[in-house]
Amino acid sequence: MLNSKIGLKLTFGAVLSILVVIGVFAYFNIQSENKTLLMEVERHATQFSEHLKSDMGYDMLHNDRVRIQDSISRIGNQGAIDGIRVFNKAGEVIYSSIPREIGKMVTMEATSCYRCHLTGEPMKSLQKQEHMRIFRPAPDGPRLLGIINPVYNEPSCWTAACHEHPETQTVLGVLDVTMPLTKVDENIRRNQIAIVALAASVMIILSVIIGFLVRWWIDRPVRDLLKATREVAGGNLNYRVEVKREDELGMLAKSFNSMTDKLAEARLQLFQSDKLASLGKLAAGVAHEINNPLTAVLTNSSYLLKRSQGQPETSDDLQVIVSETIRCREIVKSLLDFARQTVPKKRKADINEIIQRAATVIENQLSVNQVELVMDLDTALPNVTVDANQIQQVFINLMVNASDAIGAQGGTIKVISKAISLGPAGTLQIKRALCRKRHDLIDRKVQIDSKPAISMRYRKKKQTGIIHLNPMYGSIDHNLGDMPALGKGVDLMCPDCSASLIAEGQTCPKCGSPVYAFEVPLKGLVQGCLRDGCGWQRWEHADSAWNDEYVEVRVIDDGCGIPKSQLPKLFEPFTTTKGQKGTGLGLAVTWGIVDNHNGTISVESEEGAGTTFIIRIPVGA
Amino acid sequence: MKQLQDILVIDDEPTVTQAVAKICGAEGMLVTTAGEAFEALKKLEECKFRLILCDIMMPELNGFQFLEELAHRGIRTPVVMMTGYSTVENAVRSLTATGAVDYIPKPFTADELLTVIQRSLRCGKLLDEAESASLPRSGAMSYVPCPVNYYRLGYVSWALMEDKGTAKIGVTDLFLRAAEGINEFEFAQPGEDLLQGVPCAEAISPDGSKHIIMCPLSGRVLEVNAGAQSNPSLVERDPYFRGWLYRILPSNPASDLQWLSL
Repeated sequence: MLNSKIGLKLTFGAVLSILVVIGVFAYFNIQSENKTLLMEVERHATQFSEHLKSDMGYDMLHNDRVRIQDSISRIGNQGAIDGIRVFNKAGEVIYSSIPREIGKMVTMEATSCYRCHLTGEPMKSLQKQEHMRIFRPAPDGPRLLGIINPVYNEPSCWTAACHEHPETQTVLGVLDVTMPLTKVDENIRRNQIAIVALAASVMIILSVIIGFLVRWWIDRPVRDLLKATREVAGGNLNYRVEVKREDELGMLAKSFNSMTDKLAEARLQLFQSDKLASLGKLAAGVAHEINNPLTAVLTNSSYLLKRSQGQPETSDDLQVIVSETIRCREIVKSLLDFARQTVPKKRKADINEIIQRAATVIENQLSVNQVELVMDLDTALPNVTVDANQIQQVFINLMVNASDAIGAQGGTIKVISKAISLGPAGTLQIKRALCRKRHDLIDRKVQIDSKPAISMRYRKKKQTGIIHLNPMYGSIDHNLGDMPALGKGVDLMCPDCSASLIAEGQTCPKCGSPVYAFEVPLKGLVQGCLRDGCGWQRWEHADSAWNDEYVEVRVIDDGCGIPKSQLPKLFEPFTTTKGQKGTGLGLAVTWGIVDNHNGTISVESEEGAGTTFIIRIPVGA
Repeated sequence: MKQLQDILVIDDEPTVTQAVAKICGAEGMLVTTAGEAFEALKKLEECKFRLILCDIMMPELNGFQFLEELAHRGIRTPVVMMTGYSTVENAVRSLTATGAVDYIPKPFTADELLTVIQRSLRCGKLLDEAESASLPRSGAMSYVPCPVNYYRLGYVSWALMEDKGTAKIGVTDLFLRAAEGINEFEFAQPGEDLLQGVPCAEAISPDGSKHIIMCPLSGRVLEVNAGAQSNPSLVERDPYFRGWLYRILPSNPASDLQWLSL
């Protein structure tokens, strides 16, 4: 159990340290308390003994033995005194509060004697400490404090009438008082219990607090992360760890999330390429199966065409069969090429001509469906370098799709071609961005459309957070997180140095919202509108230097439109809105062809109102 | 003495053999068809053919095994391979296999088929003549073979590795002679990527037939020979030196060169 939980280990370690510290503290505390109590008792006992000695001095001088014995018995039988005895020089108990002791001889080893008689020659005087002795006469009885008070020979003693003591004698006898330590011992014990209890309660409280903090700061986030790793290991790449804090575990959770994001992205790509690989296998299989019947059609029709020269009616029809079969051949080949991702065979060509060729091919199908085809072609279109067959395929696919979207009730397909110049907006990536103090704003850890995003910190009152902007110049799909609504008091700053990024006194010319600004090294300022969804940006350096010529073709229908949910994966293989009627390959192949021409294809659609496909092919390519 | 026929078509798809028979028949050629390789071998025992058209993907023996069998039996009739499964590998193998002189991907038009057949017939004839010419009493060579150090894709095109890692590619004299004169070439553009075994240029004969030149090496076109562009006859006069077609940057020379013969 201890091995398996990091929180438990940490708690255990902390509690152990506290135990040692408080244990040592309690031990020394008890020791010092004991010492103080005993010293107090000793002081009291010494005073008492001195007092008694001087009290008895008068009776001694008068050698009033009865009075002395009487005093000793009286005082000695008080509760606080264990016994009082007086020894003479020979070791005989001459007075005692315990009458049966009187007249008994004690040896030099007796508790009251040995201090002075430790060495052969008896000591004349004792240090104060050495008067004292603590002993326990019976194993289960209370401890006793004994105090010896020597009675010294004084002039009044040897000049007294009784002439009992000669002048040469130094010590006449010893007053020995013993006091029970019952009360003191009880105090000491109570004191010990109190300290141990205090130590124990402090320990318990600290352990609980530490345990709680460890659980809150470490155990929970670790458990959350563990749960997340299990989820991810189990295949759930959409699982996110909630990032609550900025500490190391918070950062770990953040990097875990970004790792999962990348993993999900990689899996998506893998999935896509997997689909493409299976598309390739399928195409290869289909190619072989279809090419044989196509051979029969193509050889026979071309043979008939050769023989029907001079019969314009049949030869025109046969020409359509031959050229369309050749187109089929190119489609099959392009399927294989698409699977192999090879480059198209490009020649200079007129897009209008290709559109018209595509239109003739599906004319019949359109008229059957009562679809009117309106063409608005720019006659001054520059030639583009394209694989004419592939591009024709693109237009046929789009027009067939448009016709399918219109259905049997009839409608209009509009094909518009024109030459356009595209600015850098939407095509140029901002790769470096600096704040006023030249901190890098590009955050490589956060990507939008797999490009490192531009990060900024916002603050409104106490709310603060990071937002990320799409680095594609002119895009609007920024990740603004939970940024508060714009207005007074919203500040944008550099995440590193908090230098403001708001362009003072400027507003967006489109919507009047506040404007941010940052610097692209050597390429001037980029300004942009902060309002979500506005997307206004200005970058003079790029706007002036960049202008690319494109041929743009729009295929517009007034059919049923495409559901919003389908739009993001419209160009993926095996995506179809036609149910059983579609293979889901058409737009994938279309996308592949346009992409191979370095062009772009985009779609605008409104359900129930129609769809517009926009193809742009660079003129210079 | 075996009966002499013009063409033997082998394909497991009857519509294909019938169509070929019809087209070639209209041109006055004698055509025999076979549904699979063993049937073809039997017919080869009975008759002698000037050319064999053979599908690659067939049940029993496939096209390449059939070629081996021909070599094993010592039958030296030139073979044109055809396939609907026109991968680069199939194309390259078809051009480099023993006995194969050309390759045509399905589907094809009558003209494309006839162009390849005519060219292959002449190619077979030129090869025959060259063989007999190499005998001591022979006269002039019927065609100029590739110089040394030139890598050759079948009888179609050549590649010469240059010092700087680039390569020149061109078309063989045999191919040009078999095509019987070229009026015009259609070239790829500089910057385009070419794939080994895939068309890299078209040669147009005076009669309008288009001869597809298969690329010997994969790579990116660095330069198109301006001389050949302005003056197509330069290629015919000097196909190996001044009449090169492209200078390319090979993308995968190590594996490409394995397929080519020196």
